[in-house]
Amino acid sequence: MPILDHLWIILALPLAGAALNGLLGKHWPQSRVNFVAIGSVTAAFLAVVELVREFSQLAPEQIPFVGNYFTWMVAGPFRVDFALAVDQLTMVMLLTVSFVGLLIHIYSTGYMAHEGGYYRFFSYLNLFMFFMLTLVMATNLLVMFVGWEGVGLCSYLLIGFWFLKKSATDAGKKAFITTRIGDFGFTVGLLLVFATFQSIDFGTIFKSLAANPVSESVLTVICILLFTGAVGKSAQLPLYVWLPDAMEGPTPVSALIHAATMVTAGVYMVARMNPLFSRAPVAMLVVAIVGAATAFYSATIGLVQTDIKKVLAYSTVSQLGYMFLACGVGSYAAGIFHLMTHAFFKGLLFLAAGSVIHAMGGEQDMMKMGGLAKKIPTTYWTMLIATLAIAGIPGFAGFFSKDEILEAARSGPNANPILWALGVAGAGLTSFYMFRLVFLTFFGVPRYDEHHVHVHESPKNMTIPLMILAFFSIFGGWLAAPHLIGGTDYFERFLEPVFSAYAPEQAAALAENHAPEGPALALLHAVTGWPVIVAVLGLLLAWWLYIKNPDAPKRLAKSVHGLYALLLNKYYVDEIYAALIVRPLLWISTNVLWHGVDQGLIDGVVNGSAHVARLSGSRLRELQSGNTRSYAAWVLVGVVGFTVLLLTLFVTGVH
Amino acid sequence: MSVIPVSYYLALSAVLFGLGVIAFVFKRNVITIFMSIELMLNAVNLAFVAFARAHNQLDGLVFVFFVIVVAAAEAAVGLALVIMLAQNRQSLSVERMNHLKL
Amino acid sequence: MTVPFLLFFVCGGLAVVGAILVIASREPIHSALALILVMVALAVLYLLLGAPFIAAVQIIVYAGAIMVLFVFVIMLLNAGVEERTDFSSIAKYVGLPLGFVLMLWAAHWLWHSQAAGAVGTAVSTAAASSRELSVELFRQYLFPFEATSILILIAILGALVLAKKEE
Repeated sequence: MPILDHLWIILALPLAGAALNGLLGKHWPQSRVNFVAIGSVTAAFLAVVELVREFSQLAPEQIPFVGNYFTWMVAGPFRVDFALAVDQLTMVMLLTVSFVGLLIHIYSTGYMAHEGGYYRFFSYLNLFMFFMLTLVMATNLLVMFVGWEGVGLCSYLLIGFWFLKKSATDAGKKAFITTRIGDFGFTVGLLLVFATFQSIDFGTIFKSLAANPVSESVLTVICILLFTGAVGKSAQLPLYVWLPDAMEGPTPVSALIHAATMVTAGVYMVARMNPLFSRAPVAMLVVAIVGAATAFYSATIGLVQTDIKKVLAYSTVSQLGYMFLACGVGSYAAGIFHLMTHAFFKGLLFLAAGSVIHAMGGEQDMMKMGGLAKKIPTTYWTMLIATLAIAGIPGFAGFFSKDEILEAARSGPNANPILWALGVAGAGLTSFYMFRLVFLTFFGVPRYDEHHVHVHESPKNMTIPLMILAFFSIFGGWLAAPHLIGGTDYFERFLEPVFSAYAPEQAAALAENHAPEGPALALLHAVTGWPVIVAVLGLLLAWWLYIKNPDAPKRLAKSVHGLYALLLNKYYVDEIYAALIVRPLLWISTNVLWHGVDQGLIDGVVNGSAHVARLSGSRLRELQSGNTRSYAAWVLVGVVGFTVLLLTLFVTGVH
Repeated sequence: MSVIPVSYYLALSAVLFGLGVIAFVFKRNVITIFMSIELMLNAVNLAFVAFARAHNQLDGLVFVFFVIVVAAAEAAVGLALVIMLAQNRQSLSVERMNHLKL
Repeated sequence: MTVPFLLFFVCGGLAVVGAILVIASREPIHSALALILVMVALAVLYLLLGAPFIAAVQIIVYAGAIMVLFVFVIMLLNAGVEERTDFSSIAKYVGLPLGFVLMLWAAHWLWHSQAAGAVGTAVSTAAASSRELSVELFRQYLFPFEATSILILIAILGALVLAKKEE
């Protein structure tokens, strides 16, 4: 079993690529940089494919397959090994990450071809792959945290890739700092896990949990703390504010990191820790509420944005909310399924948007586009497919995954009608704004100066990944198709060992309780359910507003001016945060910590001690006056003192 | 015939020594300062002789002998120095002789 | 009050008075003369303590040679009245009281101490005669004796060299 015995190879390949490109790539020609970068990721992907083959030959008792490489640290009872594990969930994540990652790497060779710092971009991208794969294959919370922080670092580096642009560096800082807040919660949760279970290894924790029940309140606190990490990393309320700003980075970065992979780390983490979450219903409710609220809230903002990437950013936040909603109502498999399909169609959407931007020579404002369908057909068709997928139109990948989530919210073991309603409303809004995007960009009359902008289709290394992703946006969800007609959900079956191995008894029992319907009836229910209805309604509304009556949106915006302004300015959240948090923090940092502590206390102590030394020195210097009499006087003082000392110490019983 | 306790002599010696020290510190004329040194030495001699008597030994007296001799030598050389200094600085005030400093 | 005690207090008092005069005199020559008084008083005290040889040496060498040397130098340099300059504040406010206090404390302590052990036998001159002293000097303390003679020689030479005017 070559790969299974050497799991670290999957990590080492992108890391080597990153190191080579980063250290030596500065003076290499683009072709060599490409070779190293694409080569390492391709090799990693092939390793993953080989891993699939070997994994399928493993007996169920051997899963999860753990490769323990070295003991990282031992401090009393605290022991952390650098160990990688593979189970079904890891396989899904590995495939998604490496496959989509590879496609985006290929795409980037075209998109970034004329950019400076080419080698740096690919070095960071490879480094990101390394950290993401580490995160996914980790067997304990600390190694996962290494990957977690590492992808955060790469995100910062890549958002601020054009580091001479202030808005880009600000966005990078914002991303890093905001996720840091979440990471703090994650760290505290990690410590609490260790305190409760005396271990942070997943296998050990889950076995211990199944054997000895832990108090629910402790588990709830742990889960909520870990979830705050996910809130930061996966851009949920209230820590989502960094993701729209992260669009300052190059579009492939937005596609890979902020759509397909990094932001899904939070979902992965919740799914991985499902034994804990399943035993803490309050925490799961929190997850579900945050997910549903974010899904709806973010969709409302996306309705009126004009920058094509910002719309997609808010859409990402919204879709991540759906994934958390799924986990929150206990349907982890549905959440992971949506993660996978989302990687395909959101990755495709971003890459296609990048293609549009490339075609328009850098323009990102949809209001300045229009009528591009005929001019860049490949981009148009792939983007249309992705939009149909994200809107949940039956037949495309998104339909299957979103439908499963909403079904679980409606009638699953932890069903919640309010959350379901939010989810459905969000789905309708999603459909609307995505089709609005398509119509504004590709239809209608060109709203730009055709003499200045030379619209041209993208080169092959950009369009071929688009087409591959479009294929998966259609067929990627068909794993679950038989489920609709009463058959098996292959995806859920595949992941079942992960989610039921340590599940509490009640949950396992409840999952069995659904009456099987006849296949035809089930199919009818599926395609006429509320999610599909609102999706079609959204499409029709978008068509009506942006194709039939192009002037209607402006009149509508004027009539609900207040609401429109609120949405356009993202509910002024950034401004609120700036006033409530950032400014006080800056004030405290400047006045208290800088002037007060650093200048006053620390510099004061250092300079003060020097001052004291100088002062005492100048006083002591006066002793050496050259005046013999004062010398004599001091000698006398010394003699007298010495004598008194001797007399009192060594002579007893005198008086 | 009663004998004077030796401690009386020691007390006298202490008083003389203290006065010698005070003179050393407070006088300004360098020759007077020298004389105060002689006064101190005399006080010490008294103490030695008293102890020699108390222990009935001669060593104290021998020591006094040597002290006197050395005091003589020291006075000779010291006064020669004083003469030189006084001629150099046209003053006998010890405050004018303040070059023993950095 | 027997004669020794009376002699002790008189001579002791004279010595103390002389020492105070050394401090209090404004002219150096007066200080020198007061110092001679001290030395003579001390010589009497040495006699009281049964050390006639030392008393004699004190008069001859100390009072008769060293102090005369002092007087010569004072006359040579025409040392006049000391200038009145300020004491340093440490000396004035700390040193003087401190010195007096400590001196008196030491004196008091010594007066009442048993430190000297037995008061000793009656004064007898036999043990401290010149004969005994010189035997001691040439037997046990021969080396210091010779060394001191060399010291005197060096002192003479030094004084000569120093006092010579530059040609």
